[in-house]
Amino acid sequence: MRPFKYSASTTINSAAQLLSANPNARILAGGTNILDLMKEDVERPDELVDINRLNLSVVKPITEGVNKGGISIGGLGKNAETANHPLIRQNFPLLTQAILAGASAQIRNMATNGGNLNQRTRCPYFYEVSMPCNKREPGTGCGAREGINRMHAIFGWSESCVAVHPSDMCVALAALDAVVKVQGSSGKVRSIPFAEYHRLPGEMPEKDNTLQHGEVVTSIEIPKNNFASKSYYLKVRDRASYAFALVSVAAAIEMNGSGIKQAWLALGGVAHKPWRAFEAERFLAGKAATADNFRQAAEMEMKQAKALEHNGFKIELGTRAIVLALTRAMNGGTA
Amino acid sequence: MMTEDTPDQELTEDEKQLFGQLLCEDQNQLTDFDEARRNFLKQITLAGGGILALQMFGKETFAGSLHEPLNAELPVNLENSVNVSFKVNGIKKSLDVDSRMTLLDTLRERLQLTGSKKGCDHGQCGACTVIVDGKRVLSCLTLAASCTNKSVTTIEGLAKNGELHPMQASFLKHDGFQCGYCTPGQICSAVALMGEARNGEVSYVTPNVRIKAAPIQLSEEEIRERMSGNICRCGAYPNIVDAIKEVHSAKPVAQNWNLVDQKELTEI
Repeated sequence: MRPFKYSASTTINSAAQLLSANPNARILAGGTNILDLMKEDVERPDELVDINRLNLSVVKPITEGVNKGGISIGGLGKNAETANHPLIRQNFPLLTQAILAGASAQIRNMATNGGNLNQRTRCPYFYEVSMPCNKREPGTGCGAREGINRMHAIFGWSESCVAVHPSDMCVALAALDAVVKVQGSSGKVRSIPFAEYHRLPGEMPEKDNTLQHGEVVTSIEIPKNNFASKSYYLKVRDRASYAFALVSVAAAIEMNGSGIKQAWLALGGVAHKPWRAFEAERFLAGKAATADNFRQAAEMEMKQAKALEHNGFKIELGTRAIVLALTRAMNGGTA
Repeated sequence: MMTEDTPDQELTEDEKQLFGQLLCEDQNQLTDFDEARRNFLKQITLAGGGILALQMFGKETFAGSLHEPLNAELPVNLENSVNVSFKVNGIKKSLDVDSRMTLLDTLRERLQLTGSKKGCDHGQCGACTVIVDGKRVLSCLTLAASCTNKSVTTIEGLAKNGELHPMQASFLKHDGFQCGYCTPGQICSAVALMGEARNGEVSYVTPNVRIKAAPIQLSEEEIRERMSGNICRCGAYPNIVDAIKEVHSAKPVAQNWNLVDQKELTEI
């Protein structure tokens, strides 16, 4: 690991100022991703700003504003604590399941909510510094485009980058229509709708999201919903636990009598950002909750998918995963 | 069949003497090649009773005073030095570390606590698992600099008053290892898991996460899911699960293995 200066902040303002003053500074929160990347020489900050002493880990009901009735989770809250918070378990079991589908117990005890949003892709070409990668070193090319791309994107990729976002938690947050609150050195707070937080790669794969340097994720707001009893997070992976998703699905259904009022669907492991399945959602609105309709909705969404050389299997796998996740959501969110 | 409470009953006088000598020689820290070789040969002879030996050693050695620091060589030059004051196994420590120093390296290289193991050093194997402020974490992905005012428990801190922690005893009883490299991490992880289950924390395989938190009875599937961050290359998983099941349920779980008894020995 390269040498770096260690700075610890106690206020958002001082953290934002330290970051703004040094373009090569990075935030240290849980550290589970940044330290790994530094050991691999992928990230080379000359300063780490430790923000763990900031008071940003509270889970609380939102009592005013557009998301009134919802719940706010702190940017520095640990993944494990968030997943097991009684308010989250009761009102957003989809988020609990998604967080618990990711990583290991040890990592969830360390990793923060803000850090989960900002973690980098696990594309092996991004991690291996001897390989070309536009995300790591813009302009060097994409090793995965013509390389081994079994784990890579089927939606929204570009010739510059075919990597996927690795998070499970973010897939649930996308389906939950969350809002990310960020604060920079000016003290100004920005609210970013979750769908706009992460980016598609386009010609700038080095930018994972719309967070600006110097900004800190202070909280994530989740609006109230009526589907807590009909949601499910399904993760399909190469081993039973502790592996990144081949495909994952966050599914939620609000019923209106015997028909679907609205469905919320987001997919993980398929794109540079959590992929909101709007096509499928539109199809399902007003339909009966039948296996047939689930299948049609899934196929409709997958029509937009474009496979690479090794990941064609994700299209049928994704279709089936959507059907299964919707079915389990209808069954009360249990397997 | 042997039980863990009365290991002596199954030992012949000769075996007792042999174990006694082994212990004795180990404590003298043999360096002479011949002596070491003889010692090694004795251990090989006893390989069949290896587990038994561990149980003999258990109380005297593993639960013993591994806290005594050796004269650690201090680094001459520290780049970006950071002072960290924290507690390790209940003892206050204050030292200057390079900002790059992980908690794992600090434990192993500066505090002589080599129980925590460096497996992958990338947070993928769990061999470095320690307990910080009551939570199991990966010491290889924790900067020592960020540990100020924290309380760290390592495998060396689990035994109390010369008695093994029940999880350590259970791993011995159930032979929850082969090479033993992942064991300190497995045990620290399992100890923290007991607390998580008591607190009613759910997992990805818990059928209904909306049910109010209450102590959870861990099924085998739950134990496997919750221990998935600790990889065992030898594949001792069935025995690890048994060991955890026994401590969690507080009821005896049958061992998967037996020592050769006198009758079988005479038949060979």
